[in-house]
Amino acid sequence: MVPSIFAGLPAAPERRRATPLWRRAFAYWCFQFARTWRSTLTASVVYPTLYLAALGVGLGSLVDRHLGATSGSAGLDGVTYLRYVAPGILAGSVMQIAVNESTYPVMAATKWVHTYDAMLATPLRVLDVLAGHVGFVLLRLVVTSATFCAIAAGFGALVSPEAVLAVPAAVLTGLAFAAPVMAFAVTQERDSGFSVIHRLFVVPLFLFSGSFFPISQLPGFLQAVAVVTPLYHGVALCRACTLGRLWTLASLGHAAYLVALATAGWAAARVTFRRRLAP
Amino acid sequence: MSTVTGPASTARRAGPSAPARLRRALHIVERNFQVYRRGWIYFVSGFLEPFFYLLSIGVGLSHLVGDVRVGGQVVSYTLFVAPGLLASSAMNGAIFDTTYNLFFKLKVAHTYDAVLATPLGTADVALGEIGWALARGMTYAVAFLGVMAALGLVGSPWAILCLPGAALVSLAFAATGMAATSYMTSWQDLDGVFLAMLPMFLFSGTFYPLTVYPGAIAELVRITPLYQGVALLRALDTGTVSWSLLWHVAYLAALGGVGAVVTARRLRRLLAP
Repeated sequence: MVPSIFAGLPAAPERRRATPLWRRAFAYWCFQFARTWRSTLTASVVYPTLYLAALGVGLGSLVDRHLGATSGSAGLDGVTYLRYVAPGILAGSVMQIAVNESTYPVMAATKWVHTYDAMLATPLRVLDVLAGHVGFVLLRLVVTSATFCAIAAGFGALVSPEAVLAVPAAVLTGLAFAAPVMAFAVTQERDSGFSVIHRLFVVPLFLFSGSFFPISQLPGFLQAVAVVTPLYHGVALCRACTLGRLWTLASLGHAAYLVALATAGWAAARVTFRRRLAP
Repeated sequence: MSTVTGPASTARRAGPSAPARLRRALHIVERNFQVYRRGWIYFVSGFLEPFFYLLSIGVGLSHLVGDVRVGGQVVSYTLFVAPGLLASSAMNGAIFDTTYNLFFKLKVAHTYDAVLATPLGTADVALGEIGWALARGMTYAVAFLGVMAALGLVGSPWAILCLPGAALVSLAFAATGMAATSYMTSWQDLDGVFLAMLPMFLFSGTFYPLTVYPGAIAELVRITPLYQGVALLRALDTGTVSWSLLWHVAYLAALGGVGAVVTARRLRRLLAP
């Protein structure tokens, strides 16, 4: 907390729950975004298009030819590689955006720009501030996932009408990353931990969690590791949606895992945000 | 920029000899080395990314793609991709320090204003920064080639020439990256760097041969600098060597030379008092 001229005045007491005031914090982030969204177009439109074209179409042509020649089956998992890989790229890029949005902006609001402190100088309390920020990240994930699905549909990568549900599935995947990472980010004094998260967690998860090839190709112990990572469940759930194979017990398990992680992350963030920000 | 003018600026005009120039540039390299001693985690983890890619492709994608034809030779997909990733990691290693970090030092931290208050001049800064980027790119290249050798992904004795080849790729991208950054005025401009690098990484023949493309697009890809680097390193690694590789060498060397000259000129304009 920044020492203020109001330091002698009693602060409003912390509350046990967020109040409708959280909408003001949410509105602040939206206002920021309304001014800078153009620069995020690169990440949310250009990158998915390039990845789908390079891996889905380009590399996909080699994969489909090879699998067609060796096993006689049509592509991977009964579908073309483009259709197989599209939900993988969706979940992977949503994870990256979720992690980005919940690391540097949280640190900036905590100690670089002190946005959180400014909010707390108003009637907002810590949980309102947290809820407002999480709400904004949620909005950002919805926009990104919907954009990606529209582009993937343009590539012909979505097979079933259930693909619409890939948007909430991807958002849930993003939340399962965003909530715990925010809980961690607010405890940090320096940003060096963030690049470790990126290089030691985000990149390996992106490459080994079943986005690009089935995890059954991994050696046994790595399969066990992959199964407990959240991205594996995100990819599987998104793929079940885009390929029209959603209504199975496995999908329920994936969704339950992601919901549990997001909830645990939220609970942790409540604690760490209070510890760092409450006066 | 400096308000102090004095003997330092006149001494700078008397052109130093080549060894003296090199010694001065080494001060910049040493300065960067000292800085990274505290941020070694950034340095080390930069190596891991291409390594993870290689592992992922070796374990997973190679079984889906099968074998690929390179210059009349059939090789496994992992052997096909490895030199491509080597070229990409040489590019990445060189680009990080010469774009984002250079912009930060130039516009935010005013590091070079401090440097110019010493006997060092703008040409020393350009040479030193390119030298540092080259050293960083080479460190990644040596480590990556070591991993390739350990995994049996070195197809011929010519592969040892991948090291100078990777140095050339680093040099070309370091110099071009610095020259481009010297024209940038805001952080948003730097998005352009990634907008140029990602398509090159994905489409320059790193992951699949150009035969996948229709003719016109293949020609377009051929003129990108990363394709030149990938083609050079792949030919050396798989041992499909011919005189025509010298074209790639000439292309990359020319790009590096032009970039270095432009950078030196631009820095003189931006920084000299």
